[in-house]
Amino acid sequence: MQDRIRIILAKLGLDGHDRGIKVVARILRDAGMEVIYLGLRQTTAGIVTAALEEDADAVGLSMHNAGHLTLAPAMVKALREADLNIPVIIGGIIPDEDRERLTEAGVAAVLGPGASAEEVVQAVRQAVARQSDGGAS
Amino acid sequence: MTQHGHEADTVFARALAGDRRALGRLLSLVERGGPAAERITELAHPHSGRAHIVGITGAPGAGKSTLTGQLMRLLPERSFRPAVLAVDPSSPLTGGAILGDRIRMDDLAGESAFIRSMATRGHSGGLALAVPGALRVFDAVGYDPVIVETVGVGQVEVDVAGAADTTVVVVTPGWGDAVQANKAGLLEVADIFVVNKADRPGAADARRDLELMLDLSHVTGQEDAAGYRPPIVMAQALDGTGADALWEAVAEHRSHLEATGQMADRRRRRLRLEVISRLDQMAQAQAAAVLADDVGRQLLGEVEQRQMAPTTAAARLAERLLTDRRSGRGTG
Repeated sequence: MQDRIRIILAKLGLDGHDRGIKVVARILRDAGMEVIYLGLRQTTAGIVTAALEEDADAVGLSMHNAGHLTLAPAMVKALREADLNIPVIIGGIIPDEDRERLTEAGVAAVLGPGASAEEVVQAVRQAVARQSDGGAS
Repeated sequence: MTQHGHEADTVFARALAGDRRALGRLLSLVERGGPAAERITELAHPHSGRAHIVGITGAPGAGKSTLTGQLMRLLPERSFRPAVLAVDPSSPLTGGAILGDRIRMDDLAGESAFIRSMATRGHSGGLALAVPGALRVFDAVGYDPVIVETVGVGQVEVDVAGAADTTVVVVTPGWGDAVQANKAGLLEVADIFVVNKADRPGAADARRDLELMLDLSHVTGQEDAAGYRPPIVMAQALDGTGADALWEAVAEHRSHLEATGQMADRRRRRLRLEVISRLDQMAQAQAAAVLADDVGRQLLGEVEQRQMAPTTAAARLAERLLTDRRSGRGTG
């Protein structure tokens, strides 16, 4: 049996806009992935636990309240501290000028409002493939 | 093969020592099947057979996950170390899945609990093997009870939950009437019923219909010979009402099974079922190989031309399959 990509989708903190992440969950499911949907009001610690228990290949975060510069790097850090070398992909309302800082903080891909379904799927596939090539344990 | 054996051995040892990440990995290896899964089964089997396996099933939206989440809150407080295997369907078209059970449990589960989501991956045979494999791993590394949650649609899903030591069936007000309650299937596997959303109109009716069905089991002699009658627990999973009563009912059922020797019977039956499922899968792989070779295609052609009956072709192929197996390794 081929290995299916298992991805956790969540929103951190009090950001309550979950229409986008529900659409993304459906897009990834229809691309053949297994989406572990955690939805609203999650914490970085909770996502780390879920990633461990679910043996997830990636974490996808949806961000719509301008918290990305704080929360996305915190998520990357929490995963690395747990020795989980899996990619973090973020989507939502992310200003272009923030992309570089997010990439520097270890975020694998940033998807904006205009991203097509194909781009979302490709971004996840590529991020997972890159991380496995990069010698993730 | 050696490499698989090696990885499986290392990961199993780490999981046994309490490494949660290793356990997560181990469950993936079991789910994937193949040599690594076989090796893990070999390693885990001698350590297993201790955990109480509880199946929770019911229609989508009945509240299984929320109820399970409430048990996950309750059990660590009582010094249990519970694990949950939450099974959700894969899309038959793409093989993808949205595994959304965790969302209803996560907040309540403590550090001592472990939750794992599993997709059905579109093939029933696989589920029948992957689920017992995962339950065995949880059991072997010391989780007890181990709860398996499946949607009560599809024979395999019902079979999987029905093969537990204790099976809980969750219904809701308005789920159906007394006639529905007597239809074969889901309700017959229940050791405990939960009427969830019991604050909604119709909850008392749902209870009455279930009681009526259970009364009829008495009339027709279908009831448990030792006098066990499945209790009906009224619950409101959202605020946790009924979770205590449910756990009490599960514990009572366990005592009943142990006192009457039915626990050993159920476990014997479950292991037998697993061996049969495995045999089935192997036989199907063999059959596919025999069908695809020259003789197989020729026989299929003759069936299509109406020169040979399907039954005759199958008998000839079965004969061939068995001879192949005896004369060598065949295709496997």
